[in-house]
Amino acid sequence: MSSALLYAGAGMGLLLVGVWALVLRAHLLRKVLAINVMGSGAFLLLVGAGAMGGGPVDPVPQAMVITGIVVSISATALALALVLRIAYATGKAALPEDRERDLMDREGR
Amino acid sequence: MSTWLAALPWMVLAIAIPLLGALAAFVQPRRAQVIGLSFSFLTAGAAVGVVLDFITLGPQQHAVGGWGAPLGIDLVADGLSILMLGMSAVVGVAVSIYARAYFVPYPDKAPRFWPLWLFLWAALNALFQSADVFNLYVTLELMGLSAVALVALTGSGPALWGAMRYLLVSLLGSLAYLVGVALLYHAYGTVDLTLLAERADGGLQLAVPLGAMIAGLLLKTGLFPFHVWLPPAHGSARAPVSALLSGLVVKASFYLVLRLWFTFVPEGEGLPLLLGCLGAAAIFWGSIQALRQKRLKLLVAYSTVAQLGYLFIAFPLAGLEPQMAWSGSIYLALSHAFAKGAMFLAAGAIMTQGGHDEIDELDLVVDRMPLTLAAFALAGISLAGLPPSGGFVGKWLLLESAMAQGKGIWAAIIIVGGLLTATYVFRVLGFAFTRSEHHHERHEVPAAMEWTALLLALGAVLLGFVAPWALPLLDGVLP
Amino acid sequence: MSSASRPPGEPGLLLRAVLALLLLAAAAGVALALVAGQVAPGLSGAVAAALPDSGASNPVTAVLLNFRGYDTLLEMAVLTAAVVGVWSLGPAPRIRETEPSPVLLGMNSVLIPLAPLICAYLLWAGSSRPGGAFQAGAVLAAAGVLFIISGRRPAVHLPAAPMSWGIVAGLGVFLAVALAVMPGGRELLEYPRGLAGALILLVETAATVSIALILAGLFIGGRPEDEP
Repeated sequence: MSSALLYAGAGMGLLLVGVWALVLRAHLLRKVLAINVMGSGAFLLLVGAGAMGGGPVDPVPQAMVITGIVVSISATALALALVLRIAYATGKAALPEDRERDLMDREGR
Repeated sequence: MSTWLAALPWMVLAIAIPLLGALAAFVQPRRAQVIGLSFSFLTAGAAVGVVLDFITLGPQQHAVGGWGAPLGIDLVADGLSILMLGMSAVVGVAVSIYARAYFVPYPDKAPRFWPLWLFLWAALNALFQSADVFNLYVTLELMGLSAVALVALTGSGPALWGAMRYLLVSLLGSLAYLVGVALLYHAYGTVDLTLLAERADGGLQLAVPLGAMIAGLLLKTGLFPFHVWLPPAHGSARAPVSALLSGLVVKASFYLVLRLWFTFVPEGEGLPLLLGCLGAAAIFWGSIQALRQKRLKLLVAYSTVAQLGYLFIAFPLAGLEPQMAWSGSIYLALSHAFAKGAMFLAAGAIMTQGGHDEIDELDLVVDRMPLTLAAFALAGISLAGLPPSGGFVGKWLLLESAMAQGKGIWAAIIIVGGLLTATYVFRVLGFAFTRSEHHHERHEVPAAMEWTALLLALGAVLLGFVAPWALPLLDGVLP
Repeated sequence: MSSASRPPGEPGLLLRAVLALLLLAAAAGVALALVAGQVAPGLSGAVAAALPDSGASNPVTAVLLNFRGYDTLLEMAVLTAAVVGVWSLGPAPRIRETEPSPVLLGMNSVLIPLAPLICAYLLWAGSSRPGGAFQAGAVLAAAGVLFIISGRRPAVHLPAAPMSWGIVAGLGVFLAVALAVMPGGRELLEYPRGLAGALILLVETAATVSIALILAGLFIGGRPEDEP
């Protein structure tokens, strides 16, 4: 019971750290990492919260987490490939400020 | 319909066929156009099968694996599901026919478009039929990833930025949703919606997960102030992709908000009021931004921000007149899918013809593309809520519900929003009827592109006439 | 950090304060939901009861490939869609051709032949112990990645067509099995009695091959050069 709560709490902590970095860090690689930290937090929460009832280990949350990890790998791979393409196309791996984007919109269509 | 055809498991096929089509189009890139279009028709056919099953037999259920909830995953097709499936089928077929013509000059893009679009369609059909909150998370991710890849297909810097921002927002929304799923399983030991509805007893244990899930979904729907990702993504995508994103994808996360709301029927007035206010803010902010845009596709994208706001006006109105308010909101969502799909397809045809989409340089485009302009105008009629369109029915139901409760302020918002919509639609039409100073190179536009836009826009208007048959399908779904 | 020293594009103090408040509120909400109120017993009992009919003796594998096999089917679709998406961004970026270090080559000659062996073991172990298609496929993909970074890039020199057939095999076989069991009044993915174990092994084997190719295909970051 208490160790399950510990896992769930740690998951919540990772989620918070992840959101914080996702919003505040400009570099896209950091944002992708932040999403991954958040994902780990959510999975830990899923397993931890699912195990708080005690008794034999519940395989359903564990299976859900395995599914979730594969989904998260897919998303991360697509995100990293996009970061690479953005770096090739624009020379930097960050999202543009609004002013820059307006400029690109006008020139680039 | 012959008996063996009626006995086919249409619910499953509506998910399996587009998946198979995606695989086939991927391994045969040189034949992707033919394969993609064929599987689009088959997918739409399967969706029609689900609709017909519902009409003849009532709500359908399918226990995948034969286990049934809570151990297994259930698929359910009720009135709300089939309206969404039907909406995706009509818009999907129109966009597919359009896309086949649109992608002919881009032989490197076509083999990429079809598998991604069919994955997206499979995700939509799976989402509209799933009764399992964790399975819904997987469908949301399949939908999000294919939608993001479709945006990035354009290849330009702004499109890549748009795709990246969209991906980050979409993942953040999914994870918020997943936290809700974890807490629901913790408290109730199941992820099946029907069982959750029986076991959920209110209080913090329900409120916190529900709040997390709805917040995540609002982010994905692009409700003000979470809309910032939407115009860059929808505005920079290829025209058929924009039509799918604005027409269908944002409706999927809105559908899920409704599904959760109807399942748990949250108490209290605070959250509905907040959603209504955000909806009203979206109407004004989106419309004003649409008026300020110089590019046609961005105007149409900001119009999506505004029109999405309308869908949430139903929340504060549902207290006393739930039937009328919810029906209005759902009908607006359907009409918007048709109208906005048509509008993006028309914008794409205009862009193909002139090579640009600057609004003040439309340069008498009406002379060259009367069909496309008619499509744009008809879609605009439905968006502005003028009779006899589907948009009119939806807004009328919302208005009537507001007036019946004496909530005049909401009625005023609905009417002013309609006027703003008419203003930005007429701004485009005005420039289409005037000559501009610059002359642009002109290109041939395939007739299929013009006609699909027009037929989809006509569909948005005709929705107004079929309302007496469509709305009763929702009986038993609304709280 | 003062606003002058922060890198461009990173938001200011007000946003940080608002975000911190929002996050604390969310954390408090989740904590209350976790600690207050009832805790449901979960589904371990139901899984244990149905395990003998599932075709797998490891409960997690039974959930993944039988009870909630539909999730896994869609998960394979997500993976496949991701590689289709990454390939749609453009041709694979060229990795700079350099002479691979002798250490890497030496390590490869030991590790790469081992990978298929470990892969086969993990796949087989999955039915009764932790393991399974994803782990097995990941090991195989790691061998592929070692190949690629050592300058031998089979994924790029290999013709695209066989690779793409291998990529779709996992989802294709899974879908085919899920649909093929339906005639005779069964539901999607309802394995006939006695056949569940064999069908699960078939699905997992195809999935392993595809997962390995998909992960390698994601690693190269774009489509092989001869893909049109």
